[in-house]
Amino acid sequence: MSAHAEAAHHEHHGPPEANKSSRVDARVLGMFLFIASEAMLFGSFFTAYFFVRVVNPGAPDHWPPEPYHFPVFVAGVNTAILVTSSFTMHWALQSIKRGNRPAFLAGMVLTFVMGLAFLLTQVVEYLSVGFNTGDGAFASVFFGLTGLHGAHVFVGLTLLGMVIVRGFRGHFTPEHHHGVELPGIYWHFVDVMWIVVYTVVYLI
Amino acid sequence: MESPFRSEAAAFRFLLISIGAAALVVVASWIDPWLGFAVFLALVGVGTWVYLRQRGPAPPKAQIHPDGPPDERRVLVVANETVGGEELLEALGEIALAGRARFYVVAPALNSRLKTWTSDEDPARAAAQQRLDATLERVRDIGIEAAGAIGDVDPLVAVEDAVRTYRPTEMVVSTHPEGRSNWLERGVVGALRDRYDIPVTHVVVDLEARDRTL
Repeated sequence: MSAHAEAAHHEHHGPPEANKSSRVDARVLGMFLFIASEAMLFGSFFTAYFFVRVVNPGAPDHWPPEPYHFPVFVAGVNTAILVTSSFTMHWALQSIKRGNRPAFLAGMVLTFVMGLAFLLTQVVEYLSVGFNTGDGAFASVFFGLTGLHGAHVFVGLTLLGMVIVRGFRGHFTPEHHHGVELPGIYWHFVDVMWIVVYTVVYLI
Repeated sequence: MESPFRSEAAAFRFLLISIGAAALVVVASWIDPWLGFAVFLALVGVGTWVYLRQRGPAPPKAQIHPDGPPDERRVLVVANETVGGEELLEALGEIALAGRARFYVVAPALNSRLKTWTSDEDPARAAAQQRLDATLERVRDIGIEAAGAIGDVDPLVAVEDAVRTYRPTEMVVSTHPEGRSNWLERGVVGALRDRYDIPVTHVVVDLEARDRTL
């Protein structure tokens, strides 16, 4: 074996480098697959929602069917809370990137509190909305769609909670904050989905 | 293409864009429901167009550390239907005459679109194997040391697999003339030059012209 070839072999230890024939970065591919699966999941619920809405007897003028009403204002305030939580999430990540740990922790706690406020407000909304899942197909798709989103918020809160615990234990640095970045992406995704849900269900 | 959720900052930007888009749809819907629908479709169209036009950063060129003696040229030959072409054999002969050289021929099992999508690869692989065997025999007859194998249906994947086992110092890619290439061959030469830091020689083999002269 030549000296050149030997040098090449000495550079690498351990098992051979994995073959990556697809040339697609595994993290990008994973995120694409995740978004695609979420789009299909929410898409199926939106399809059911639009079908029920179009075939309701009062379409398109009366939605939801009389005598029910959606709490547009409360949901609007809730939307503002959730969108604001994305800003604090972004602030938290930027802070840890700059090495500002107090601002990072403050941002994470604020994000968590606002996410929790959103979820609790949604629960209160469910209890006071004036209809239940047995009151018609419209009620079923309403609770299904908003509940599906609520489940995503719950998962996001769990992730944020873990970040906060790790943050208070001194984890994460300006160089190593991948554990904040990924929950941040998920949180923004949950926000985007809520914008769509709020627009479609409450406003249009 | 770049994912709008490739990073937290990108996802945050996408959220802000979503809020703006939703506001436009809501205002248009309050004016007229059909206008809202039209605005929604327009936004989806614009968003799709922008997304498809985005190009992610090009991946770094793969560095190949060749095996074998430093004075030996290790040539990876990529060819399928043109594998027995005179132009290709001439090019290989020139390399062999120039000095010490070894050749490894990869014949991607090129296939039609429909058969690729339905994984009907066996006939294509059998045909590629026949052509490869005949060519290797012919090349060895004229004194060139060569080995070879059938590669993946996608030439880029076939090359990537061969590079990992053979570690060439250069590549020779043989294709049909432009316009007559298999759909899987299009853009392969440019893609290989972008991906690898070794010389890539393109040989065009016009089998139809040869058949006309016979």
